[in-house]
Amino acid sequence: MATLQPTPPQPLVRIAELNHWFGRGDQRRQVLHNLHLTLNPGEMVLLSGPSGCGKTTLLTLIGALRTVQDGSLEVLGEQLLKARKSVQRRVRRQMGIIFQSHNLLRCLTATQNVQMAADLVPGLSFDQRRQHAIDLLSEIGLEDHHGKHPSALSGGQCQRVAIARALAGNPKVLLADEPTAALDRRTGREVVELLKRMATQHHCAVLMVTHDPRILDVADRLLQMEDGRLSTAQELAPL
Amino acid sequence: MRFVWRRRIPLAWCLLTRQPGRLVVALAGICFAGMLMFLQLGFRDALFDASITIYRLFNADVVVVSSTSSSSVSMEPFPQRRLFQAASWPEVESIAPVRWSLLVWKNPETGSPRAIQAVGFDPNDDILNLKSLTEQKKGLQLDQRVLYDRLSRPEFGPVEDWFNAGRTVTAEVQNTQVWVEGLVELGVSFGADGHLLTSNHTFNQLVGSSDGSSTSIELGLIRLVPGADPDAVAAALNKALPDDVQVLTKQEFLDSEQDYWREATSIGFIFNLGAAMGLVVGAVVVYQILFSDVVDHLPEYATLKAMGYSSMDLVMVILQESLLLAGFGYIPAFLAGKGIYGLARGATNLPIVMSSQMAIFVFVMIFVMCIISGLLAMGKIRDADPAEVF
Repeated sequence: MATLQPTPPQPLVRIAELNHWFGRGDQRRQVLHNLHLTLNPGEMVLLSGPSGCGKTTLLTLIGALRTVQDGSLEVLGEQLLKARKSVQRRVRRQMGIIFQSHNLLRCLTATQNVQMAADLVPGLSFDQRRQHAIDLLSEIGLEDHHGKHPSALSGGQCQRVAIARALAGNPKVLLADEPTAALDRRTGREVVELLKRMATQHHCAVLMVTHDPRILDVADRLLQMEDGRLSTAQELAPL
Repeated sequence: MRFVWRRRIPLAWCLLTRQPGRLVVALAGICFAGMLMFLQLGFRDALFDASITIYRLFNADVVVVSSTSSSSVSMEPFPQRRLFQAASWPEVESIAPVRWSLLVWKNPETGSPRAIQAVGFDPNDDILNLKSLTEQKKGLQLDQRVLYDRLSRPEFGPVEDWFNAGRTVTAEVQNTQVWVEGLVELGVSFGADGHLLTSNHTFNQLVGSSDGSSTSIELGLIRLVPGADPDAVAAALNKALPDDVQVLTKQEFLDSEQDYWREATSIGFIFNLGAAMGLVVGAVVVYQILFSDVVDHLPEYATLKAMGYSSMDLVMVILQESLLLAGFGYIPAFLAGKGIYGLARGATNLPIVMSSQMAIFVFVMIFVMCIISGLLAMGKIRDADPAEVF
């Protein structure tokens, strides 16, 4: 656990000398090369680069969805190198994740989908968690769609529900992987602006992978990745 | 926190009910499996139970049979002397010799012959704890009088109807005419499609002794004085009497008959196999349903894992699904089982009933079946790699 130090504010994510490989033996291929990165509270950082450059791999490593092979990756004060499964789960619970496709559970209503994340929050009663989910849906402008299943919602609405779900666990970090890729230009823009507004209101840092040039302007900081290397120049020079 | 029950979204329920068509198929499969088990095990138990219907009624503590008798369908004669020898034992209160054989009965309506289980005894003895027999056995003191089991198969003729209509019913047994003096209620079994009770005198005449006497019997029933230990007496008699007879307590006698049908015949095996088939069919259906459910929802399960749900949480969801399936599949299976038992009882006169033991056993089997199917389907959960959702 992070120690209580008043100053300076702890970075939420601290990455140093991170390397990652895919495959084994002759097939082994390095996908991430000596990465350094920090994510501070309240920041919105966009990570862009050509497809296959390793952006998503980095995101899954930060999200504790993949095992760290080499280097240091600290998230919310937890070292993920050689982390146990229970640590991975604890980290996952304190982060919200938004996928390219909404990945909502088809058998659940919008409210129930959001509550699936709220259910992981300890201490609240069922009714409190449900109210939390309903409040979040209202915040994202879907107050009239509580009881609808994903099949009855449009793509943009589903992605907004996914944002509400990502925030339902009161995370400090939101990870988003091309959340606009499946949406048209106008809806994509709306979703990203909603994401930004919600992140600010809920005091949540955002790391978003995208190669959608239309939305780069919402970022506090822009990172460029190519062939598994972060271009340090842009990291040092926030936009 | 893990051990404290928390109300959560009923995910298992939502997953199952999302596709009602598939749920119905699953329940039909489980219901079918349950019905098959009820049917097979019900018949098995009823047949084993029926095999000792009349034995159970014997008014005896200890029974003497020939040492070559292995079951009710292969009862061998032994010298009646043996029973008299046993009568001299101080613990023995009374003895009753019984004749026991299959005889040919001609249907009084059609004349077609069929083997009926005949029991001959001294009408002065109370050999069966059967009220209708006690009331009517006096009538057997006349020669060529029989009491007819009204639960005998209809192939023996409309004896009950005729008798109740007030007609004088006569039939040919071993080519000798007998009069039906009254009706008793015993029931059919593996070995006997019907029963008739008569005096040992008439019995002996039917099997060819012109003066109605015989020195052989098939069964010797012994009543003990109050307080005597049947096991000890049976053991002592076994030791004292020659090897041509065996002495059993009544319970041993019942058990040996059931064991014969259970072990020395393939009946038990066949019914158990039938029940096992039901179980396998049900397990395959449930497995198919749960497996395709897991495969269909793999990205969603992976998403749940990415949110911080553990594999164990997902395993619990699958388990809950299988338990829900077991519970909801059992209800129609139980009702169908009850229906089938009613039909079978009417058609066969077998004592086939939905005992609470049977109801619980089939429920447990369905439960186990669903759990195993669920566990097999779960192997796929490991494939839900949260890193692959992106």
